[in-house]
Amino acid sequence: MSTILAQKPKSMTDVPMHYCPGCGHGIVHRLMGEAFDELNIAARVIGVAPVGCAVFADDYFACDMVQGAHGRGPAIATGIKRSKPNAIVFSYQGDGDLASIGMAEIVHAAVRSENITVIFINNAIYGMTGGQMAPTTLVGQIATTAPKGRDPKLQGWPINMCEMLSQITGAKYLERVAVDTPQHVMAAKKAIKKAFENQVKGVGFSMVEVISQCPTNWHANVEQALEFVRTQMMPQYPLGVFKDEGAN
Amino acid sequence: MSQKTLRKGNEALAEGAIRAGARFFAGYPITPQNEVPEYMAAYMADAGGAFVQAESEIAAINMVYGAAATGTRSMTSSSSPGISLKQEGITYLASADLPCLIVNVMRGGPGLGSIGGAQGDYFQATRGGGNGDYHIIVLAPNSVEELGNFPKLGFELAEKYRMPCMILADGILGQMMESMAFNFDPIDPNKLGKFDWAVDIEKNGRPKRKVFSYKGDNLIADVTERAKRYGLIEKTEARYEERNTADCDVLLVAYGLSSRACLEAVNHAKEQGIKVGLFRPITLWPFPSKRLLELAGKVKAIVAVEQSLGQMVQDVKLAVGDKAPVYLKAYPAGGQPEGAAILAAAQAALNGKTDGLFDLQRHAEGFSYECKRDLSLGVQGDRKGGNK
Repeated sequence: MSTILAQKPKSMTDVPMHYCPGCGHGIVHRLMGEAFDELNIAARVIGVAPVGCAVFADDYFACDMVQGAHGRGPAIATGIKRSKPNAIVFSYQGDGDLASIGMAEIVHAAVRSENITVIFINNAIYGMTGGQMAPTTLVGQIATTAPKGRDPKLQGWPINMCEMLSQITGAKYLERVAVDTPQHVMAAKKAIKKAFENQVKGVGFSMVEVISQCPTNWHANVEQALEFVRTQMMPQYPLGVFKDEGAN
Repeated sequence: MSQKTLRKGNEALAEGAIRAGARFFAGYPITPQNEVPEYMAAYMADAGGAFVQAESEIAAINMVYGAAATGTRSMTSSSSPGISLKQEGITYLASADLPCLIVNVMRGGPGLGSIGGAQGDYFQATRGGGNGDYHIIVLAPNSVEELGNFPKLGFELAEKYRMPCMILADGILGQMMESMAFNFDPIDPNKLGKFDWAVDIEKNGRPKRKVFSYKGDNLIADVTERAKRYGLIEKTEARYEERNTADCDVLLVAYGLSSRACLEAVNHAKEQGIKVGLFRPITLWPFPSKRLLELAGKVKAIVAVEQSLGQMVQDVKLAVGDKAPVYLKAYPAGGQPEGAAILAAAQAALNGKTDGLFDLQRHAEGFSYECKRDLSLGVQGDRKGGNK
């Protein structure tokens, strides 16, 4: 007799992921899959995959998936949710996608308090296109379009989305988590699960920002990347709950 | 079917869309189409659908992308500058093979242009409009009645061929009131069949479905398959209307509002014993080239009449080749066509006195438009000249 101690969530497919070694995307995907299984919502989930590193996310989740234009995930999710109110709809987005080209879409999805769940991966860099400066790139952080490091005089300062969206009445749940340690992964799981639970309960707009590591475009090994998350990212992007009106 | 009622063009279109089963509408305010979202805001919820005032035209068309992916009859409307913003979403809809209805109540351009009716978006509508190799079906109504009845046709064609369909109207058509009747009974979209490609929550053990735009290595196969569909559409779905074409010397070619002014010219011509006919493309893509070519062999001249610098005239010339001389009577940037001037143009074309007409056969020798151009200003934008 053998006992299964751990296995892939049923809400995920067997398609091998394309992500780089050490990347946070795969961890977050798994946490989402676990949440779908545990909340028993897998059959009702319709996901929106972005443009960027997670463009192939539509292959990794076992639910029906829609992949659309860069930055427009919250608008696409709005169209799905308003047409299928019983669906559990998520938009999965990176930092360039959500905080730059898609700024209007994310802000107004929150303003309308669309009853959707947004998973926001913030790794402070454009990954798929090869390491350009993101809206969340740290001051001094080197990127291919900020070769001497981000200079506030030229490129301004990084943008903190949870803090910004917390000013919007329609944003009901905002939490920033990380996936650099097992403890943080467990906390991230709890937040992601809650963001979907909120949708089941009809709470309104919920977003989890995940501080994630990008060893490839940070030109770091995994160890160094995790260190960068802790010493550089977290001071700029403190973890925590920025809004939680789910209980009200 | 419905009783004849007096309706404004934009409202007839909105009511026609709801009757045709539209259950998702997203839009953004822009003149001269505002009655469409306003009507949807008032009546869509009662019909069991959703209306969203989007934060931008870009968001609106992407909401349509999401709603269309669920198989819901989905639509948006806008006017020229707003349609430019929607092009991103339209090319994604085309790439994902999603049916939807897009309404362009055209106004003067380029840029912010004017709020009056115009026909300057023909190229954009019939050549795809966004990036990449694709077409959308384009319907051109010329009356309030057609505005009210084309949404049903548009949804049916869009769903049959899995592609976006555009209704290309203009500010005058949208704003004017006419007596009209709906030629179909209201459709309950719940009674329409379900699509085997739409994302849904009723899965019943079927494999997962994906609606996606990135095709990667499959792109060539994907676009080639779509091209076969386009070929079938060009062969079978071209629509047009003819007036006095059986025995005419001059054939006017015009769509939308311009065709109404041409009808006036055709009627005046008949009174004066001049043989002028009208060929009105109803589908702009596919353009009804085959029938136009047949007619071209029987006439002495063709005059394309349009409210632009001359866009549809290129499709006319492509269709007829050298079978007949092709002239253009252009009313650019929202100039309003008028029957007497069109008739004069038809007579000039017949007599070969083509000053003031753009003769495509003599393109190389230069041409003049009906509109006057003041050339005394010298070179615009000369940095040294200080022309601000």
